[in-house]
Amino acid sequence: MEDRLILGDQSFSSRLLTGTGKFASKDLIAPMLEASGSELITVALRRVDPKARAQDNILAKILDSVTLLPNTSGARTAREAVRIARISRAAGCGDFIKIEVITDMQFLLPDNHQTLEATNILAKEGFIVLPDVMPDITIARQLHDAGASAVMPLGSPIGSNQGLEMAAMIQRIIDTSRLPVIVDAGIGRPSQAACAMEMGADGVLVNTAIATAQDTALAGQAFALAVKAGRMAYISKLGDQSATARDSSPLTGFLRG
Amino acid sequence: MSFMQLADEYQTFDFQGYFASVTPEAVGASLARAGQMNCLDHRDLLNLLSPAATDFLEPMAQKASALAVQYFGRTIGLYAPLYISDFCINHCTYCGFNSKTDFPRTRLSLEQIEQEAKAVSGLGIRHILVLTGEAPAKTPLDYLEKAVALLTRYFSSVALELFPMDEDDYGRLNKAGADSLTVYQEVYERDLYREVHPKGPKSDYAFRLLTPERGARAGFRALNIGTLFGIGDPRSEAFMAGLHARFLERAFPYVEVSLSLPRMTRADGGIAPKNLHSDTGFVQTMLAWRLFMPRVGINVSTRESAAFRDQLIHLGATRYSAGSKTDVGGYSVPSNPGLEQETTVQFEITDTRSVDDVACMIRAAGCQPVFKDWEIF
Repeated sequence: MEDRLILGDQSFSSRLLTGTGKFASKDLIAPMLEASGSELITVALRRVDPKARAQDNILAKILDSVTLLPNTSGARTAREAVRIARISRAAGCGDFIKIEVITDMQFLLPDNHQTLEATNILAKEGFIVLPDVMPDITIARQLHDAGASAVMPLGSPIGSNQGLEMAAMIQRIIDTSRLPVIVDAGIGRPSQAACAMEMGADGVLVNTAIATAQDTALAGQAFALAVKAGRMAYISKLGDQSATARDSSPLTGFLRG
Repeated sequence: MSFMQLADEYQTFDFQGYFASVTPEAVGASLARAGQMNCLDHRDLLNLLSPAATDFLEPMAQKASALAVQYFGRTIGLYAPLYISDFCINHCTYCGFNSKTDFPRTRLSLEQIEQEAKAVSGLGIRHILVLTGEAPAKTPLDYLEKAVALLTRYFSSVALELFPMDEDDYGRLNKAGADSLTVYQEVYERDLYREVHPKGPKSDYAFRLLTPERGARAGFRALNIGTLFGIGDPRSEAFMAGLHARFLERAFPYVEVSLSLPRMTRADGGIAPKNLHSDTGFVQTMLAWRLFMPRVGINVSTRESAAFRDQLIHLGATRYSAGSKTDVGGYSVPSNPGLEQETTVQFEITDTRSVDDVACMIRAAGCQPVFKDWEIF
């Protein structure tokens, strides 16, 4: 069955997006990508140093088969995010851009207002914009109208590994959004990734949980399997829940009319 | 509300009495609560800094280390200081740049600053911390603006550790390209502050204390504060610095706040430290700060020895200076014309390893050295 994640004009067979931050060594990134099969990886442009030696150049550590998703981490305003995106494209990092505009440095929660403003500008310039937002159906609609290619609600604060604290709000976005929904931030365990996919998310982005694991390649693989399992469960349209027991052999099953 | 109100409140607090009253049970309870943002209050910080908490260092370290990994990953940022002038009109009794100390003073020309910038950026460093003594007549604002603008051509981030200024002047330096501000209160205990800053503009306790707030309002995206260990009582000073950092985190949520914990080392003309902060005390301070503020950056300078710094990697530190020179023109002497004479250092470096050696050590410790973590976009 063909089941691909479509973002802008590109499609991906893997629905697990990964990140480059927090690894003990940049050399761990390529084996993680290979083990997980992730085809889209985010990198903070603020950490890209064009003058860095090969061993310190993060872009050199990303497999050629993987699409780069530069992000605007560090931006505090729409204006900064737009500048970072333009620099990213000019530096040859492609048309994808993940908008991160954060104005709360304690909890690292995204600023939806600034994010929408940046999306409006960048989508018009032809970027494939993936905005990171606080889960809210209104912002999801506005991002669609602004030309975003997906909406990325956070599960819980970045790096917290607290899972789907915002599950109810995310579910509402999944139920109403016309954009692909990728849960970004807070997913700390494969079971949480599977849960997001079962809910109907189109993908998940996992960084901290993989990057800080003792075996990053194995963790990447575990998340990939969980994402696949969750997606299959969603597509299979599992039976609904019931507050009471339901006999699998109904007593009145013999009646035919 | 400014931090002055909190600082005033704690001038009369009986720190020693409180520290002596802390029981192991109180420390254990504070430690058990640690792990989430803002879950510890002022009393918890006092408990974790108390003598009773020294028996809890290992569990504190385990929790602090896990928090640092969660919030910062296995990464350590690198930066280097760059002194552009050692002229100073202050009389700080502990500092090598004290105006009464007799040595040939130097102020780098813009050409000389460029030489220094080339030398430091050639080491791979992308984050620079610019320092001067306090002598506005020698280092006026237009000179500093030009220096900052020049340095942005070589570094992706320019931080300032200059003398306290008003908001407008900081705004101009921010516009010139400086993105972060470091200012140490040196000592929070007001009477002691007065004693060690007898003359000069630095004797104004309040103006210095409120400097980070002016910096945040002026547009700096990052603030680094701290206390100079060796002047006041280390435990109460560590508490005040922690309190100050949390105040700034809450008052300016868009600003990245970090803490440094410099210990006094020998300096020409300076007094010997009165209150030595032991290695154990240093580690306890780091751990208590990390547990109190999981997201705060913690900087460790080359004042500390190589062997000690190696161990701190796993205890919650997030940024290290590397390859540091604390004398004016230190990176490009003797190739920098006019700087052949012996220069005076503000304080002595203890970890004298090169940037490459420090990066190697970080890698060997299972972490990633991060040379660039921001760009002046």
